[in-house]
Amino acid sequence: MATRNKASRRDFLKIAGTTAGGLFIGFNWMSCDSPKVEVLSTEAILAQAQRFNGYLSIAPTGDIVIYSPNPELGQNIKTSFPMLVAEELDADWKKVRVLQANLDTQVFDRQLTGGSGAMPHSWERLRKAGATARFVLVASAAKLWNVPAEEITVENGIISHKASRKSGHFGEFVTEAATMTAPEEVKLKDPKDFKIIGTAVKNVDNAEIFTGKPLFGLDFYREGMLHAMIQRPPFGMKIKSVDDAAAKKIAGVQDIMIYENSVAIVGTSTWPLMKAKRALKVTYEPDGTVESTEDHNRIFKDMIANQKGEVRREDGDVTQAFKNAAKVVVAEYQCPFLSHSPMEPMNFFAHVTGDKAELIGPTQTPERARQTAAGILGIPPENITVEITRLGGGFGRRLAADFVAEAVQLSRMTNAPVKVIWSREDDLNGGLYRPAVRYRFEAALDESGNMIGYKLKGAGINSGNSTRQDNFPSGAVANLKIESVEHKSPITTNAWRAPITNFLAYAEQSFLDEVALEAGKDPVQFRLELLDKAKNSPTGKIEYDVDRMIGVIKTAAEKSNWGKDPAVKQGFSVYFSHRSYVAQVADIVQEGGTPVLKKITAVTDCGIVVNPTGANHQVRGGIVDGMGHAMYGNLTFKDGLPTQKNFDTYKLIRMKEVPEVDVHYVDSGFDPTGLGEPALPPTGGAIANAIFAATGRRLRSQPFNEQEEFSDIKLAIRRA
Amino acid sequence: MAKLNLRINGQSREVDVEEDTPLLWVLRDHLGLVGTKYSCGIAQCGACTVHRNGEAIFSCITPVSSLIEDEITTIEGLSEEGDHPVQKAWAEVDVAQCGYCQTGQIMNAAAFLNKNSAPSMDEIDDAMNRNICRCGTYHKIREAVAMAAKLT
Repeated sequence: MATRNKASRRDFLKIAGTTAGGLFIGFNWMSCDSPKVEVLSTEAILAQAQRFNGYLSIAPTGDIVIYSPNPELGQNIKTSFPMLVAEELDADWKKVRVLQANLDTQVFDRQLTGGSGAMPHSWERLRKAGATARFVLVASAAKLWNVPAEEITVENGIISHKASRKSGHFGEFVTEAATMTAPEEVKLKDPKDFKIIGTAVKNVDNAEIFTGKPLFGLDFYREGMLHAMIQRPPFGMKIKSVDDAAAKKIAGVQDIMIYENSVAIVGTSTWPLMKAKRALKVTYEPDGTVESTEDHNRIFKDMIANQKGEVRREDGDVTQAFKNAAKVVVAEYQCPFLSHSPMEPMNFFAHVTGDKAELIGPTQTPERARQTAAGILGIPPENITVEITRLGGGFGRRLAADFVAEAVQLSRMTNAPVKVIWSREDDLNGGLYRPAVRYRFEAALDESGNMIGYKLKGAGINSGNSTRQDNFPSGAVANLKIESVEHKSPITTNAWRAPITNFLAYAEQSFLDEVALEAGKDPVQFRLELLDKAKNSPTGKIEYDVDRMIGVIKTAAEKSNWGKDPAVKQGFSVYFSHRSYVAQVADIVQEGGTPVLKKITAVTDCGIVVNPTGANHQVRGGIVDGMGHAMYGNLTFKDGLPTQKNFDTYKLIRMKEVPEVDVHYVDSGFDPTGLGEPALPPTGGAIANAIFAATGRRLRSQPFNEQEEFSDIKLAIRRA
Repeated sequence: MAKLNLRINGQSREVDVEEDTPLLWVLRDHLGLVGTKYSCGIAQCGACTVHRNGEAIFSCITPVSSLIEDEITTIEGLSEEGDHPVQKAWAEVDVAQCGYCQTGQIMNAAAFLNKNSAPSMDEIDDAMNRNICRCGTYHKIREAVAMAAKLT
């Protein structure tokens, strides 16, 4: 892992000129002898390859190496990015090797994983990288064969000129290609001509993952490195006393250091540190406010009832609309803090030497890691290298660099290479959670059941703006007011997969279900009527594409047989987030007096589906994630510390709790948008609405499993 | 510290560790076998699953001193070429998202199929319920176990 990427950096040619688009102009390469070896190691390929641009190297053997710049945490970017390059190159996918690129801001732009943004950001530039390389390869063949370039065809890595019956693989032209200048602009393929995009290309790391190769940050090892674990304070507390006598006696513990508000234990392997951490006696005292869940519940009620919110959007005259209403519907929804809990706990490696530093590990934001280290060490960022390992999940937790900072500080303090390791308990207790939020919704209906007024007040703990004021149903209601209020807490929060909307979507879609039923309307029809208003008489700014939202709603109704079978109790939900549209229907069937959640139908419009397997993974995975946390996820606090310490009390969804998920796409033809997040937000609402349809119980708080209204409903989950 | 002789992946390995060290950390920190993963450390998630005499165990809670007589198999020893039927099925079904839990899933599935070569889907669900996948690849895991049963 470590050596391979470093070797590639050292052994290859320099890039003479690049742009953010990855275009490479002019080559500077190593020797080009071409050994006749059937299967070359990636190192061997790289040693003789020509780098066409930031993303692409081709060896004289015809072997291709494609660099994937963005961190891979399970969103499949390391497979789908290279597919885009290979598509426009007309490469033989079997000849492609993929390498995770290190942080390189000179070559790559937006080298991060977050916001489901990689695909929309790179859709064009990656294809251009392939297309420009193809252009110079074709030009090289034209020159060598002395034929017009327009008569040359490329298929599956073979360049051919039919009339002269000449053909050769890419590798035969890389030397000539190196003398050419890549064009700035080149025509990209019509999507109907795609051969690789749209196919179920398998995860490029399958063989290494399934044989247990060292891919992840926690697997990284460097001779002479120290392991470190850290005792961190409860939120709002500071260290009062430290008794490390017993901990120091544990064999394998090298040193225990108090720094800032933490106690670090270093040694040469992990287990002694875990034991020492348990033997460590640290007492704390308040350092500001120390909060518990009861405090939060009180704070929420106060925020909603008494505190003036920041108005995010105001359309029409809400006061008058509610005065004129024939019926008013009011409901409040609340969600708890959640931990990201990726399977691989936080960890990072740092080696600080003089005014230089080497960082290696799982980060969603390598540039933030570097800037953080530069800030701590007071050295220029260009003196710091960042190698990105595979991430054992992220869910937003690894957007932060707190664990990077720890590794850097400890490497500097110990003057040694250090890998910081968080235990699962550290991971659950160490902060940066999904913020807890409470919403108050109010809807005004006229005599015909039309929604003439809509109010939303979001109250969050370290949530920032807990609303999405320009998202549906904004634009569809003439009189609307959206505001938010925030409580600042010592409990730290961070983006958690589909930030804010991971809960807002559930609350809103459940509330709209309540309003539809109060209006005496079918929930799907009610949404379509609102969208009809948004289309034909819109109010104010609209962030979503009305037609695309209608498209997923109608397709989901059709695919799920919405309302067709009275024995199937269904819940509907639809949400636009991260540029994609997802509608979901949950099906509950009564079996022997027990409501059984059998199926969730999902219809997604993410534009062109780059890789159906990867897309299905993200949709199913997002739904499983959304369902698991809606049903079970709960992080409560007592005196500044989470009550849940590990997976025995912090429940994650398991195999037997997963219904069938039926996945469909709307073929809208738009450029692809990301899928890491958009399938998650609608799930809680679809399930809650189905539970209401089946049992008459409205679940207005998560997790469902812990709600009073749910306690006597023995919801079973079985696949159809 | 104690010098202990272990049988791991068909080989004799001597380690010098505290007797209470869980097998997981001996594998990862002392023998460089990092395919066995740490995630919870309390036998809740299954990421650390290895075989003891063919049975799936949680290596995170198993003291290494309790394994002296036992044949231990880790993911690195499940097959020579990564071509155990379960590994083949995992690749064919393209199971992984982040991939971190998958070696534990594979080891659990392999031990399960050794005992039950023609499982029903419900039996697969029961057997695989002891492993958590935070990415939610459960549908694929289920499909891959069923496929592996056919390949076995």
